[in-house]
This record gives sequence, structure tokens and C-alpha cells, in this order.
Amino acid sequence: MTPISHHITDDLLADYADGRLAQAFAVVVAAHISICDECRARVEAADTLGGLLLQDTDGVALASDRRDRVMAALDQPVHDPVPIGPSGIFPAAVMQILDGNPPRWRMLGGGIRQQILIDDRQASLRLLYIPPGRAVPEHGHQGMEMTLVLQGSFSDSAGRFGRGDVELAHDEINHQPIADPGEACICLAATDAPLRFNALIPRLLQPLFRI
Amino acid sequence: MTTSPLSEMTEALIAVRDHRDREAFGRLFDHFGPRLKAMLIRSGQRDGAAEDIVQDVMLVVWRKAAQFDPHRAEASAWIYRIARNRQIDLIRRRPVPQPDLLEEPPGTDPDPAQILALAEETRHLRDALSRLSAEQRQALEQSYLEDLPHSRISQLTGLPIGTIKSRIRLGLERLRHELRDLQS
Repeated sequence: MTPISHHITDDLLADYADGRLAQAFAVVVAAHISICDECRARVEAADTLGGLLLQDTDGVALASDRRDRVMAALDQPVHDPVPIGPSGIFPAAVMQILDGNPPRWRMLGGGIRQQILIDDRQASLRLLYIPPGRAVPEHGHQGMEMTLVLQGSFSDSAGRFGRGDVELAHDEINHQPIADPGEACICLAATDAPLRFNALIPRLLQPLFRI
Repeated sequence: MTTSPLSEMTEALIAVRDHRDREAFGRLFDHFGPRLKAMLIRSGQRDGAAEDIVQDVMLVVWRKAAQFDPHRAEASAWIYRIARNRQIDLIRRRPVPQPDLLEEPPGTDPDPAQILALAEETRHLRDALSRLSAEQRQALEQSYLEDLPHSRISQLTGLPIGTIKSRIRLGLERLRHELRDLQS
């Protein structure tokens, strides 16, 4: 397997760890960390620093009965449902949104399929299935786009992106990723530009007809 | 037998993990409870709410101890992350998506060399931390313990946002360089 060469930036990792990312982007980062040991190590190294700072903090005394209350609660039964885990190429963070089911793809034309996972006021997230040789659809011309490859690969002017690689694109970047020959490319893509359903299909097809 | 490279608290957490040791859990509570409360108060929680969150966090420590891996974290780092996630979940009102758990195949033996290397690296980081200027140290504490978005820090200190960001980054960069120097 080709090693991962396109990672999450330090700034974005810190934003993720501090809970500042919109849910759609946080899912992509969690999915990348699930696959990328290097970024997992960077996040955990930062936790070591946080742990040291916590360790050095002067404590504030707790109420005198708090310890007994916690010790008494140790035996209380908990009803935590078993969290949904990863399945195949899909990390747990994605499987949890899918509620443990396989994706329900919707055809977009040209063999391209998608499933929208999140569409809130901050950002949207979707799975994309792109047959070999097809162009990865653009999701809007504004804002930030974060695309994680889960299966297969695509290439554009920034290089080749395989499983685990993340491409971060801003609106000023004019790129046209094409799925590489071989396996179909499955991506997890977040964007903070609104999804434009009406304009989507025609804009999708334009690059396809150029191929 | 040589002295254990593990910190006392990491030893206690392993006893909780492997033997459901309540006495060891009590030691963890006595050590981290007040520190967690201090961290929560610094990030704006009131006294009573802070204690409730401390209780939640420590109960998660008890219930999820099986996930603790001393090859990757000391107890302080692992508990720090649980507390941060709890704070963030409360603010966001929905859980932050988490990476897949790394699970070792059952029966895997601990690797003392790896555990020792982590302990040593942590010690280097602690040394590097102690050599920071008071200003850099304060910026790091704000970033790691107080859970304020950059814009809030900027408001509180009256410094432009870029300055805060570069300060935090400089602090981390200096930490990283110190670490590299120590390793060469």
C-alpha cells in the first residue's frame, strides 16, 4: 500500500482537537486520523503537552462529599450502547452517520454516485463514488473543500491522492481531479460552500463531456 | 528489578484497567480531580458545574480504562483528552467525531522499550516546557487548558488575533526545536 503523503495541516489538527471545526470537517479529520498513524501521533503528542500542563496546574479543592459520590457511582450499571465501529473502507465516524448501514448511493450521471451525509448551516459532507477515468465533481466555487480518499485514487495538478490522502482546496485553486484507472475512487468530501442542487448536475457533466 | 519508567499515575491507571483496582482509582481521583476542576474553572465553568464535569470525566476514566494504552500516552495525556472532549461535547451539544480505536490483538505483550521511549520523550518535553518564557508558557496554558477560541483570547488580552496565533505556534515550534536538539 502506498504511504499517505497528503496530511492534515497542524492548524486544522489543532482546530479539530479543540472542537472548532464544523461537524462535516471534523468527520473528515477523524476519518483521516483513523487511517493515518502520523496524524494520530501528532494529535496524541499535543495531548501529552496538554497533560503536562494539566499536571502542573494548581488544583482547586473539590467539595468534601464529591469523592464518596464518585466512588459510589463506580458500581452503577451504565447503559452505553456499543458504538458503531468501522466497516470495510469506512471509518467509524462515517459508519456512525450511516447508522451502521452501507451507503445508499444516488446516481448523478456519468456513473458518478453520491450520498449526502451532513448538510447543515455550517458545512456539508458527502460520499462520492467516481468510476475510473471520470472527473471528481466540484462542489461549489466558494469556501474550503476537504476531500479524503477512502478507496482507489485520483490525480490532479497537486499530485496523486490514494487511500488516506487528503486534498485541501480553497476557492482560488482551479483543479480538476480525475479518478485514476483501475478501481473506482470513493471519497469523503466536506465543503463549507452551500450545496447547489439545481446547478449541480449540469456543472458536473461539463467536465465529463470534456474527457 | 529496575525502577519502573512509568509515572505513579500511569501505574495507577493500569491497575484500574487490569484489576478494577478501586484504591488506585481513588489515587487518580485525588490527583486529577482538583486539577481538572481548576482547568474547568479556568475555561469559565462555575464551581458546581465544574465538579459535575469532573465527576463525569472520572467515571469515564473508570469505564473506559480498557482503552488506555501506555505505549501511546501517559495517564495525564489520556485523562486530559477525555476532559477536553467532554468540555467540547457540552459546548457543541453533540459529540465530536472520534477516530477509530486502535486495538492490539488480544494477548499482545507490552513493549517495555516503547513505553520507556515515551516516558523519556515526555520528560524532554517537560524540560523544554520549563525553559519557555513566562509569556510563551501563558499562551500555551491558555490554548490547552482554557478552551477559548482564538477570537476570545484576543478579546481578553487585547492583542490582535495574528499575534496570539503566532505566539502559540512559536511556543510549539520552540518546543519542537528543543526536542530535536535533545535528540541529536
